[in-house]
Amino acid sequence: MTQGPVLLSVRGLRKSFGATEVLRGIDLDVHERELVFIIGPSGSGKSTLLRCCNRLEEPSSGSIIVDGTDLMARGTDINLLRRRIGMVFQNFNLYPHMTALGNVMLALRRVLKKPRAEAEEIARAALARVGLADKAANYPTELSGGQQQRVAIARAVALDPKIMLFDEPTSALDPELVGSVLATMRELRESGMTMMVVSHEMGFARAAADRVLFMDQGEIIEQGPPTQIFEDPREARTRAFVQQINRH
Amino acid sequence: METLLDLRDAFFNLDIILRASPILISGFWMTLKLILTVVPLGLLGGLIVALLYTVPSRAVRWPLIVYVDLFRAFPPLVLLVFIYAGLPFAGYEISAFAAVSLGFFLNTSSYYGEILRAGIESIPRGQVEAARSTGLSKWQAMTWVVLPQAVRNVLPDLISNTLEVAKLTSLASVVALPELLFQARQAQSLTFNATPIMAAAIVYFVLLWPLVRLLSRLEHRMIASH
Repeated sequence: MTQGPVLLSVRGLRKSFGATEVLRGIDLDVHERELVFIIGPSGSGKSTLLRCCNRLEEPSSGSIIVDGTDLMARGTDINLLRRRIGMVFQNFNLYPHMTALGNVMLALRRVLKKPRAEAEEIARAALARVGLADKAANYPTELSGGQQQRVAIARAVALDPKIMLFDEPTSALDPELVGSVLATMRELRESGMTMMVVSHEMGFARAAADRVLFMDQGEIIEQGPPTQIFEDPREARTRAFVQQINRH
Repeated sequence: METLLDLRDAFFNLDIILRASPILISGFWMTLKLILTVVPLGLLGGLIVALLYTVPSRAVRWPLIVYVDLFRAFPPLVLLVFIYAGLPFAGYEISAFAAVSLGFFLNTSSYYGEILRAGIESIPRGQVEAARSTGLSKWQAMTWVVLPQAVRNVLPDLISNTLEVAKLTSLASVVALPELLFQARQAQSLTFNATPIMAAAIVYFVLLWPLVRLLSRLEHRMIASH
């Protein structure tokens, strides 16, 4: 793979909840157009790492630089920076009182201050991109889980982010609905989006990831191309985890 | 037959109604004015209380709890009398309407505040996180994502409280504010007849019954949607 410049740079990232240290010094560079896939047992800190990258969790120490802007610096307008960092959640978190279109338009209107017509045009294009142009007028409860998650992806994509964070995007979905979300993610990937994905979809990782990180107990234990991590892991802990996953 | 006619003359006396109607109508307008003052003010105060509850600071939270507890525990009638009859002793002359508005503001803002707080707390964290992740500020997330859902979730409670407040406005008659009940009693003592009271009761019913119906329908819909 041709590596672009570094888009996200994490150094010495630590995060504690009370006395529990969830992240114990993470160093990580994500390059432009790269898809980094993060695996690890539950409680390993992978979601926390993701959530620190847009400061939904406040890091205890360390530095995070996104697209040249220091996320932790006092002068940084976090709201301005966040629209360049798209996030997709396990439970979709769509706004239930708004239509699919309304969900996608909200930040366009309120953060980017686009006039209504322009915001609607962008939002409809984003919904079309995830294959849901015909669902614009539907409320989240009228959509399947897979459709809801794709609306959530459209909501993030509409803001034209530099990087997208996926926090277990398919974990809450019925198995038959997973495919449509993964297909949407793959389409994003092919369009050159930089992505960080926490997930258990190993098939997707093999097919689409440039690099797989294995995390355990708040540390990155091993990283490398999917073939290395899944077929020839160097660390005993990675091997044990991969074997356990494969058994399922 | 004789007693029926007596009853009619005492409670549904058309002649009395006609004679008392100007004073009853002025009482009705005063009651309406009172409701339309007290409810929006209380809602606004309640919203401020509920929003202050979201500030994670003890210095904010403690005075708030004292305020809400105090005015929820204080009987509104005592509060009205205290403000109207007590404040002048401290050198503050205050009109009956202002006294009633202040008393009801303190009381209803506490109730509305608790209801709205429960509504805000019923919204899952993920809603705010999603909004913040797209760049909305804390206040924008509150305004566009949390509050609309919170209000919808506690709408029956809000309406129920509004109903209570509307009924409580009759307490203002105690501090001589010429609202509906006060005027009806005036008319009663002038005519030596209970018809004005009956008329006032019917007006209250006609005024508030639509709210009761609405509440009942909302409650049924909430149950159905669960």
